[in-house]
Amino acid sequence: MFNLPLANMLTEPVGVAHYVTVGAILFICGALCMATKRNALGVLMGVELVLNGANLNFVAFGSQYLRNDANSLGLDGQLMALFVIVLAAAEAAVALAIALNFYNNHDSIDVDRADQLRG
Amino acid sequence: MDAIYWPSFFFFLFSGLACAFAVAVLLSSNIVRMAFYLVLSLGATAGLMFLAGAEFVGAMQLLIYVGGTLVLLIFGVMLTSQERFVVMKTWAGDWVKAFLAGGALLFILTYAAFSIPEWRGIERAEADAIVAQPSVTPIAMGLLGARTDDPSRSGYLLPFEIVSVHLLVVLIGAAYLARAKRSRSNIEKI
Repeated sequence: MFNLPLANMLTEPVGVAHYVTVGAILFICGALCMATKRNALGVLMGVELVLNGANLNFVAFGSQYLRNDANSLGLDGQLMALFVIVLAAAEAAVALAIALNFYNNHDSIDVDRADQLRG
Repeated sequence: MDAIYWPSFFFFLFSGLACAFAVAVLLSSNIVRMAFYLVLSLGATAGLMFLAGAEFVGAMQLLIYVGGTLVLLIFGVMLTSQERFVVMKTWAGDWVKAFLAGGALLFILTYAAFSIPEWRGIERAEADAIVAQPSVTPIAMGLLGARTDDPSRSGYLLPFEIVSVHLLVVLIGAAYLARAKRSRSNIEKI
């Protein structure tokens, strides 16, 4: 079944799988944030957590300390992580502008009030 | 019993901090506390990136993400907070469904990650033999289109330009979207 190497966790180097697990936890926290928060800025924070988990996976797959073979992403992983950081900054700026407009129009930041396109 | 391998120790320290504060972001209903926990979670993730040998990405994570994007988010929180602080709670049924789906996804992802032998990590002697290489110069040359690590691969000059122009356009668009609208209230007064 799982066969987790719990005994030698502190005496042996960690691998890509450990980083992927942390990235999965960050991703799931962000996805659940997006699904359950009613505050629009809380949803935005969930998006940041998801992008952060993806970043961590890119860095882990490109790291030479975790996987010292020819199949690792190498430098490409770090460059992709940089692009993700820049895109996250751009996304946050636009989403914040939209949230401010929504607040000006509805006097509320509750996403449940955004039902003007309700069928 | 071997001696403690300190990078693994710090990995578990930082990963515990990052995961705990991410869960705190999820469970907290106070938006200001959520922003503070998010700062701590992203900072701990930057520590994980330093441990993986990506020191430039970790520094950029601290500068751009924690120093820029989150300050923007906190400004958003300050601009949209109502006079009496309104707490928007989630219904209990939503929590149950969300935790069922999230737990199943987490189980599948962890199982898949640990079922691949190459991803379990390398031996300690092998890790000690790796010579640390600074990544700043290769990243800068890669962004300028010339790869120093592998000349057969192409660089990232065009994506770098595209993302730069994209950032400029997005910031101008955000400033245009978020500007104060006086015209509508003037029309209403007339």
